[in-house]
Amino acid sequence: MTGVRIYATYNIKGGVGKTTTAVNLAYLAAAESGLRTVLWDLDPQGAASFMFRVKPRVKGGGKALIRGKRPLDDAIKGTDFDNLDLIPADFTYRNMDLLLDGAGGSSRKLSKLLAPLAGEYDAVFLDCPPSISLVSENVLHAADVIVVPLIPTTLSVRTLDQLTEFVAGFNGRRPEVLAFFSMVDRRKKLHKEITENLSLQRSDVAATAVPYLSLVENMSVERAPVTVFAPRSSAARAYRALWAEIRSRDTGSAGSAGAAGAAGAGTGSM
Amino acid sequence: MTPDLAGFIASGADAQTWDEVVAEVLAALGQAFAVVPERGAPHGARRRTWFDTFDWRLYRAGLTLEYVAARGGGELRLSGAGPAGEAVEPAPGWQASRPHPLRDLPDGLVAARIGNLVAPRALLPAVTVSASAAVRRLLNDDGKTVARLLVEDSAVAGGDHQPLPPRLTIAEVRGYPGQARRAVRIVADVPGVRPVAGPLLADALAAVGRRPGDYSNKVAAAIRAGMPATEAVAVILLRLLDTIEANLPGVLRDVDTEFLHDLRVSVRRTRAALKLFGDALTTPLAPRNCALTGDDLARFAAEFKWVGDLTTPVRDLDVHLLGFEETARALQAAKPDDLEPFRAYLAQRRLREFRALNRGLRTPRFASLTEDWRERLTRIRDAANGGTVATARSGQSRKAAGETAGTLAAERTRRAFAKVTKRGAAITPASPHDALHDLRKRCKELRYALEFFAPLHDPAVYGAVLGDLKRLQDCLGEFQDTEVQIGEIRALATSMLDANEAPAVTLLAMGEVTAALAARQRAARADFERRFAAFAGPDGQRRMSLLLGEG
Repeated sequence: MTGVRIYATYNIKGGVGKTTTAVNLAYLAAAESGLRTVLWDLDPQGAASFMFRVKPRVKGGGKALIRGKRPLDDAIKGTDFDNLDLIPADFTYRNMDLLLDGAGGSSRKLSKLLAPLAGEYDAVFLDCPPSISLVSENVLHAADVIVVPLIPTTLSVRTLDQLTEFVAGFNGRRPEVLAFFSMVDRRKKLHKEITENLSLQRSDVAATAVPYLSLVENMSVERAPVTVFAPRSSAARAYRALWAEIRSRDTGSAGSAGAAGAAGAGTGSM
Repeated sequence: MTPDLAGFIASGADAQTWDEVVAEVLAALGQAFAVVPERGAPHGARRRTWFDTFDWRLYRAGLTLEYVAARGGGELRLSGAGPAGEAVEPAPGWQASRPHPLRDLPDGLVAARIGNLVAPRALLPAVTVSASAAVRRLLNDDGKTVARLLVEDSAVAGGDHQPLPPRLTIAEVRGYPGQARRAVRIVADVPGVRPVAGPLLADALAAVGRRPGDYSNKVAAAIRAGMPATEAVAVILLRLLDTIEANLPGVLRDVDTEFLHDLRVSVRRTRAALKLFGDALTTPLAPRNCALTGDDLARFAAEFKWVGDLTTPVRDLDVHLLGFEETARALQAAKPDDLEPFRAYLAQRRLREFRALNRGLRTPRFASLTEDWRERLTRIRDAANGGTVATARSGQSRKAAGETAGTLAAERTRRAFAKVTKRGAAITPASPHDALHDLRKRCKELRYALEFFAPLHDPAVYGAVLGDLKRLQDCLGEFQDTEVQIGEIRALATSMLDANEAPAVTLLAMGEVTAALAARQRAARADFERRFAAFAGPDGQRRMSLLLGEG
């Protein structure tokens, strides 16, 4: 793989595990794959920034970044982990739609802002707010891979189809869409059926499912990726397997099962 | 980890004091930050070995090459020249304990960055340090790491060396420069802490009694204009002897070709010095019998000629082998592979000649030459330095007695320059080759005279004079070396043929090589008048007068 790869965690719905996914995958990319990684917390709520203990504040706010008055580079903060940086959230991001619109209304503004990071990073993660807006459109255009956490319900599958259709309508480069089931409750029959059937039937649904675990919720107490504070937990194993699956698709290798297995057996040491 | 912001060293005489200083640093930082150990297991002691060429080519270029040993193969780290110059390369076959020829470098960034700089020298281990680092994170009120403190304990490996004082480094976390600066201020204010003055390499070398850049093939003798001439001459010759002896082990172990080259240059310089101003050593001195006699001078000169002759065959073959790739690439009609038997023959011949050289340099004759020479020169230097020039009292040879390094330099350099201008001016397009070869020798003598007394000259004028002289020497060198090489290739072709080791294509390719050499020789000859005029014309004369204080 050459050049920077941009991953976005996205879903129209909130509370499906976008931020926990972005935080854990970004950490794995940096710590276990050795990629120079930056995570941009685009959600004005600043949950990803909180988990990395970074204050959700950008000098000059979103306006300065979007208008190009302050380079993105200036806003970057090092996390506590090697190879992993963060562009924090800012409360002004809540107006990002207006800012993007004011900056020319282009759906590719974000791509242009990210371009200078290509030399410095191997992987960029975009943690998006839940919405359909100019922000999400920008994110979808900027991304190489859209990672979509899905709650196992019939409706959520419809949402995935809508997203896939929307992306298919892009002119030129189109991101790859990869959904996975998140917050899966193994005790629920419906969850079990949907996750098992769909991942077999659809190539855009990952084989890995992340179970609903209180440990994942603990991330906001520990303020660290689950792969750091509980590296051997089943939650950490699930994120590791998901990352391996995404990586094997990136490199186009056929050994996704092997990669997932190997990652699942990892120790998660730093 | 982000770049290091500032480095400190715990001062104090012993390990206990150092520990106390580090404890005070931690306590001071603890007032402003929560200080916690870095996550994960601490690194064990790492062995770091610095490599450089014998003449410190990397150090002089502002680079350091470090080999970090690890289980299953270590890695080479090149640093200096900014972040763009950093490179890390796995080096599984590398060993910290021995010299490595350039071909041992694994293909990759390190080899690409330093290959041309280092060639044809080998990389030698300079010093090995065993170091362990403890990293602590400095946290703000959110529990976020805003800076790091590295405490590095190290000791020179091997032998009975004192541990080195611990180094403390504050590393910045991106986006938190203010916090790192705050930490630096806190550390700097702790008593017993001082800023790091040089790299760890320098401290480690100092611990084993060395310093970076401690070898150079430049004469750089410690002389002053007012010094007695006899003392200055002895100092210069002792310095040349130091260089001969410094290179001897590298020659005997055949580490790289440049050891022999530097040894030969110092031998040649010694012979030139004896010719230029050896008579200064014959000035009678007290205690009696300290000075050299004319016979002594002639004997030492003959012995150094013997050393020069002993080393010539190997160096000639080295010259062919060093330029081999370029020669092969330049072939027009023949293919580079056609020359392979020639290369094999050269390599085989070199092996044989090297054995003879090695035997010669291990003889009692060579050992007693250097021993006697050092002993005689040291006595003369010390006697002259003590102001005990016997003739000053006896009234004989007043001129020599009163002569200083300054007057000797001016007189002998002027004389050498006059020879060059006179002989050069006599050369016409019809002159035989020998006339140019002889001029080359006179130029070498002048060059050496200039270099011996370099510390006495104005650097700017000296640089200008030397620049023109170098260009003239290059021209004369090209003219003679190509001729010598043509002669050697012809002789080698004959011996290869005699030994049935000369395929027809190889002989043809060798013929092409000699043709190319002949073309280069003609070009050098055509360039001579211009080069000579630049050096010895009115401007050159004026510069030389200025240099020698005659203006």
